[in-house]
Amino acid sequence: MTLGPGRTGLILDEPLLWEKGKSGRTAFSMPDLDVPEAITTIDKELLGEGPDFPDLSEVDVVRHYTRLSTWNFGVDTGMYPLGSCTMKYNPKINEKMAATPGITASHPLLGDELSQGSLKILFELQNLLTSLTGMDKACLQPSAGAQGEMAGMLIFAAYFRKIGEKRTKILIPDTAHGTNPASAALCGFTPVSIKSKADGTLDLQSVSELMDEETVGIMLTNPNTLGIFEESIREVTACIHEKGGLVYGDGANMNAVMGIVDFKRCGIDIMHLNLHKTFSTPHGGGGPGAGPICVVEKLSPFLPVPHIVKNLEQYHLEYDCPDSIGKLHAFFGNFSVLVKAYSYILSMGGKNLKKASQLAVLNANYVKESLRDTLQLAYDMPCMHECVFSDALQQKHQISTLDMAKRLIDYGYHPPTIYFPLVVQGAIMIEPTETENKQDLDQFIAVFKKVTDEARENGDILRNAPAITKVRRLDETLAARKPCLVG
Amino acid sequence: MRYLPHTDKEIEQMLSVTGHAHLEDLFSHIPDKCRYQGELNIGSPISEWALTDYFKSLGEKNSVSSAKAVLLGAGSYSHFIPEIVSDLMSRSEFLTAYTPYQPEISQGTLQGIFEYQTLTARLLGMEVANASMYDGASALAEALLMAIRIGRKKNTVAISSSIHPHYREVVKSYLQAESFTVIELKTDKKGRTDLSGLADIDGLAAVALQSPNFFGVIEELQDAATQIHDSKALFVCCFSEPFSYGMLKSPGESGADIVCGEGQSFGMPQSFGGPGLGMFASSKKYQRNLPGRLIGETQDVDGRRGYVLTLSTREQHIRREKATSNICSNQGLCALTAAAYMATLGGTGIREMAKLNFNKAEYLKNGLLAAGANLLFDSPTFNEFTLSFDSDFSKTRSRLLEKGIIAGMELSQFYPEYKDAYLFCVTETASKDTLDTVIQEVLL
Repeated sequence: MTLGPGRTGLILDEPLLWEKGKSGRTAFSMPDLDVPEAITTIDKELLGEGPDFPDLSEVDVVRHYTRLSTWNFGVDTGMYPLGSCTMKYNPKINEKMAATPGITASHPLLGDELSQGSLKILFELQNLLTSLTGMDKACLQPSAGAQGEMAGMLIFAAYFRKIGEKRTKILIPDTAHGTNPASAALCGFTPVSIKSKADGTLDLQSVSELMDEETVGIMLTNPNTLGIFEESIREVTACIHEKGGLVYGDGANMNAVMGIVDFKRCGIDIMHLNLHKTFSTPHGGGGPGAGPICVVEKLSPFLPVPHIVKNLEQYHLEYDCPDSIGKLHAFFGNFSVLVKAYSYILSMGGKNLKKASQLAVLNANYVKESLRDTLQLAYDMPCMHECVFSDALQQKHQISTLDMAKRLIDYGYHPPTIYFPLVVQGAIMIEPTETENKQDLDQFIAVFKKVTDEARENGDILRNAPAITKVRRLDETLAARKPCLVG
Repeated sequence: MRYLPHTDKEIEQMLSVTGHAHLEDLFSHIPDKCRYQGELNIGSPISEWALTDYFKSLGEKNSVSSAKAVLLGAGSYSHFIPEIVSDLMSRSEFLTAYTPYQPEISQGTLQGIFEYQTLTARLLGMEVANASMYDGASALAEALLMAIRIGRKKNTVAISSSIHPHYREVVKSYLQAESFTVIELKTDKKGRTDLSGLADIDGLAAVALQSPNFFGVIEELQDAATQIHDSKALFVCCFSEPFSYGMLKSPGESGADIVCGEGQSFGMPQSFGGPGLGMFASSKKYQRNLPGRLIGETQDVDGRRGYVLTLSTREQHIRREKATSNICSNQGLCALTAAAYMATLGGTGIREMAKLNFNKAEYLKNGLLAAGANLLFDSPTFNEFTLSFDSDFSKTRSRLLEKGIIAGMELSQFYPEYKDAYLFCVTETASKDTLDTVIQEVLL
């Protein structure tokens, strides 16, 4: 197995935290008590023993987390073509900018006057995001894409309440990410699923038939979750608007179209962006992310409070917004994530952001063309920043998408997204992102071809993969049947 | 551009494979009427060194950067962050990984979050904990939604007015769209939640208290639990300062059913309020009703211990609109950071730190009382306390600001009924000198 970067190596085991340590050790530099001990007036009933935590030394803690880290695969480790997640390189300089002392020490409740630097960052980033999308106003508070969706759905509800209309349903394409219907349901709407056409795109006919005066509008993703641009977007949004509805755009796939598509011109009324995807902030093993929303002017009064505004040369938090849906975060959202995205946008400049989208789309198309005879293409359509295949050709050898994904691990790759979107059976969704170079893509393509050769010739290698990781395939049924959530 | 690796020659070679002449041709199917007009108007690229200067100047525009001490908490606390915590958490294997969908190559994150769940449950005295929520405020909102799910036909929740005002606002945002009723419970003269009216509330699914509450007052959780359970509601206990449980009886031990709150104190810088960490725990019987991600222990095909994302049938990718929540991520790195911080402190350390915080806060409180301030509430507090002043404290506060000390926050912006009252916070990061300066200034 010389293809790909995967090799065997020494793996060091490490027990759980509480399986090591000795009472009395410490890893903390405890400050001295420089005031007299207070006579506690606290009722004994209110006092406790303190938690049962292990006592560890500094070296114990350092080794523990260093060893754990070696069991992880990150973007810095290797290619991570996880479709719909935009696992691009996370620049180091952004981490340093977010760690600027005057920024990390900033308390959120000091008021406008003492927080001008932080407020400027928020204000400027809002403007950059509206410029990038073509929308009118932005709010940075949502902590993740799903919270952005929720903000959008609350704004839908507030808008119809304001104009005195009672609407209860919402249209959502069957290719949508599961958070779309979950967010809509949380805000009191009943999702109505729209079946995609045979080419994987939105069916204007269905939208037109299903859209009525009881429906708030539609939640769509463009480019959609199959990596296809919805060419009929203008007709779809016009149809929704004609019947008084609103259009929510899930901006998860913004990385395909920076400087290329104007979402307001597409007819989107509100959208979220995933800063941890398009704007390179690290995913952190699942968060923190950021899911700012951008809206057209008529929806701006409904944005969460506070609005961040600029009067003369002073930045100001505006709380007096009677139509606002309220707050979604205790303070202003995942601020340091916003700082990293701001740093990224400034580093790239307009020209390079557009180029990033072009190269992301080029990379996906290159992989699509290179693997089209190896794997079954789900839809033979022009693709944007990601391409979707299936395991249809490998099924006859009793090899599934899961088996191929696991075999890629042995070769040194993070697998693509698998079994999503749900409309493609055995989906394999590859999003290389623009930060992978041609040599690395060529190697990945060669490895994938090798894996499909193995599927034909020696399927058990795949069924038993991965073979060289710290643990092999795990029993997920056992985990769910007898949940063990704490040790 | 250093993040874009393609040479012109490579672009040409790749375009010949895809069958396009120019990069623009990759987008030829996008209709003109959807197109971005002109070029992106967001400036030229900025170099690393120019960027560093720019962010430094932004940091300096925050007056806090030159402050010696900020004696204000209110949900965001200044605590020492040990170097090992920041250093270990910046390892890119943790930082640049995503949700652990492929457990075989994510055991670092998975074991780390499993440990976080365990330490969180132990801290809060609960049986199970999830992999975290966005922040303390949204965690409280999700806890109330969870209680409503468990309560089935019950549609009302009662929340204490001594819960952080922003948390209450977030709860109202989350609960506004469905026909749920949110009732606010008054704060009594002791600064604790008045639970006397619970029996009169119909369809009560849950009652939420914060302890220590926004005024720093320690609530009598055990009594509260009895009263809340007598009214057939679930007891949701929230917090903004987890250090308090190094010293106080845990909510679980006091009878809470769901416990949630903010974990920023455990190793995260204040960073203008985010990211924080929504800690979330419950009794085991409600584990299938939990929102958010869960990590569980299992075995691999060779019988080796390992960890996976589990109980995903609660979640949106399977349940879609019937999911227990729309959250599909957690604050992964923040949760890992909190676990590393708890491990660094250890059981001995967290007890000692909690006492240190308590002693320092008591020192300032007693000093200011001796200098003529009055207690707003005569109840025990942790870390934070509220005082009222006969004289005009705002002038004292301005003088202290000139000396680089931010002393407290006026309470009336959140509670107009408490005039001339201020909320103070003291943690281990404030020196005795600073506290003495504040006391002296009040005596002037």
